[in-house]
Amino acid sequence: MNTFGGPAFFIDRSDINTDEIIPAKYLTEISKKALKPHLLEDLRLENSDFDPRSPALQKATVLVTRSNFGCGSSREHAVWALEVNDINVVIADSFARIFRQNMFNCGILALEAAPEDIEKMFNLKGEVEIQVDLDNGRVTAQSRETGERVESSFTMNPFDLKLVRAGGWLAYADQQYS
Amino acid sequence: MGKTIAEKIFAAHLRDTPAPDNMVLDLDVVMCHEITTPIAILDLMEKGMDRVFDPGKIKAVIDHVTPPKDSKTATQAKIMRDWARRHRIRDFFDIGRNGVCHALFPEKGFIRPGYTVIMGDSHTCTHGAFGAFAAGVGTTDLEVGILKGVCAFRAPRTLRVDVTGTLPAGVYAKDIILNIIKRLTVNGATDLIMEFRGPVIDDLDMSSRMTLCNMAVEAGATSGICLPDATTARYLWPFISKDYESLDAAVADFATWHSDDDAVYTQTLTIDVSDLAPQVTYGFKPDQVKDISELAGSRVDQVYIGSCTNGRIEDIRAAASILKGRVIADHVRGILTPATPAVYSQALDEGLIKIFMDSGFCVLNPTCGACLGMSSGVLAEGEVCASTTNRNFNGRMGKGGMVHLMSPLSAAAAAITGEITHPGELLN
Ligand code: SF4
Repeated sequence: MNTFGGPAFFIDRSDINTDEIIPAKYLTEISKKALKPHLLEDLRLENSDFDPRSPALQKATVLVTRSNFGCGSSREHAVWALEVNDINVVIADSFARIFRQNMFNCGILALEAAPEDIEKMFNLKGEVEIQVDLDNGRVTAQSRETGERVESSFTMNPFDLKLVRAGGWLAYADQQYS
Repeated sequence: MGKTIAEKIFAAHLRDTPAPDNMVLDLDVVMCHEITTPIAILDLMEKGMDRVFDPGKIKAVIDHVTPPKDSKTATQAKIMRDWARRHRIRDFFDIGRNGVCHALFPEKGFIRPGYTVIMGDSHTCTHGAFGAFAAGVGTTDLEVGILKGVCAFRAPRTLRVDVTGTLPAGVYAKDIILNIIKRLTVNGATDLIMEFRGPVIDDLDMSSRMTLCNMAVEAGATSGICLPDATTARYLWPFISKDYESLDAAVADFATWHSDDDAVYTQTLTIDVSDLAPQVTYGFKPDQVKDISELAGSRVDQVYIGSCTNGRIEDIRAAASILKGRVIADHVRGILTPATPAVYSQALDEGLIKIFMDSGFCVLNPTCGACLGMSSGVLAEGEVCASTTNRNFNGRMGKGGMVHLMSPLSAAAAAITGEITHPGELLN
């Protein structure tokens, strides 16, 4: 199983859809790697500049965002676009169902945390490092600049945890079902 | 305690309960298209698992970009074609017989009340119109579905939507569902199954019920579902007549799936449609919905009539009722994409294609095309389209383009005037 955590990237918007995570024109790719340069290419944020090529996003392995992340199309390409960019944790107030399932099906994490805790994470200064403790259902976010920490808990559906431990749904189903 | 229709379907298909709130279901139909399936096929091949659980339960179509627009889409089509051949998947629909999946598969009689259905496509919820549990899934779920014939879901929780009153003239299922999404917001129904009930739903034809269920996912729902009744049985009769003595017998059998009177709902929403105006979206989320009069006069560059939401014969008839004897505005590009070959052929027989062509519309072959901005009508930066599709996301129909979702009738009205227009002004 992967270990989860690392530098975080914050996106301050709700309802980010999978068309924004990876536009339909790249759905003609049949290799996951080909999606790498196009992650979040069409995302527009109202009150800030968003640059999909920013070094902070390139470095990140954790994405922190608001509610209903991953709504819209069922394309698992959205998850793969994150995966091939080494992002294997998304923390949000809530997720769209298909996206959330696709994350766990790939053996990576869609974690729902309390909006207050997420707000506090957004308020941390400078670069933020996030650690995920799967066994105890805890997330720790820490500012590298000030050392300030935000602790939050998440509850994971026990089945989703099994999927992550098995390395995804295909591996799990292959063992369990004839 | 009584059960909802979804609970009955889940109970009848339960293979495993891997955790208290999770249910692994046996699948009756696994549907595949060329955007999300090829990558599943390649992955299964790479893992030495290139098998299918039951070729008779797999239905496959090339519909999103067809005919192919470039060598990448041609390759996707080829991977599907070769796979279907290799596994003897009889129900595979290629050029000449292909159409938009969620319009084509119901038309072929593949969906029956009480079925469990998945597809690597979020609008799979459309098939709930038949009283089936039908959900969109990702590629990994699709792979497991293809290989093992199972899929995992959370235990069903249902949002009951009661639609009452009398539908005013010129107001359609599309307007009802847009209004429901406006009330619920884009995640108001996340993890819920939306059960459509009430006298208005009872009176809707299958095409309209499909329009309703099609957009359930735009409020975050796992699926939409209608109770299967005489309307369902009449639609399916050509496919089920050998299984039942009479239509009444089929209706009685279908009724066993109906939610019990004492079934428990997580939430209930009642809407009276008697005063409902035609609805239209603004902005880039499907819950940004207004009465059409509030947007009247906004200019459009393109009008698109088609898709799994509104590309069926009933939709084309509605639009034609406005286009007949009229010509579309000079600055407007009108595009009609009948959803399936049968729809196209029927529209030809009824003289509807001629009406569209005479009015200045371009008529395309059945495909998803512009709906997801992949081909056949992509917008340029800054352009606006009045569209009968289901998503107005930023860039959906082309980078920098904007889409207003509306009914076929409203879209036809926009084509004539070149701006968002209350269709009532053109109905006589
Ligand atoms: S018509 Fe549009 S929404 Fe429907 S299946 Fe095709 S791309 Fe998806």
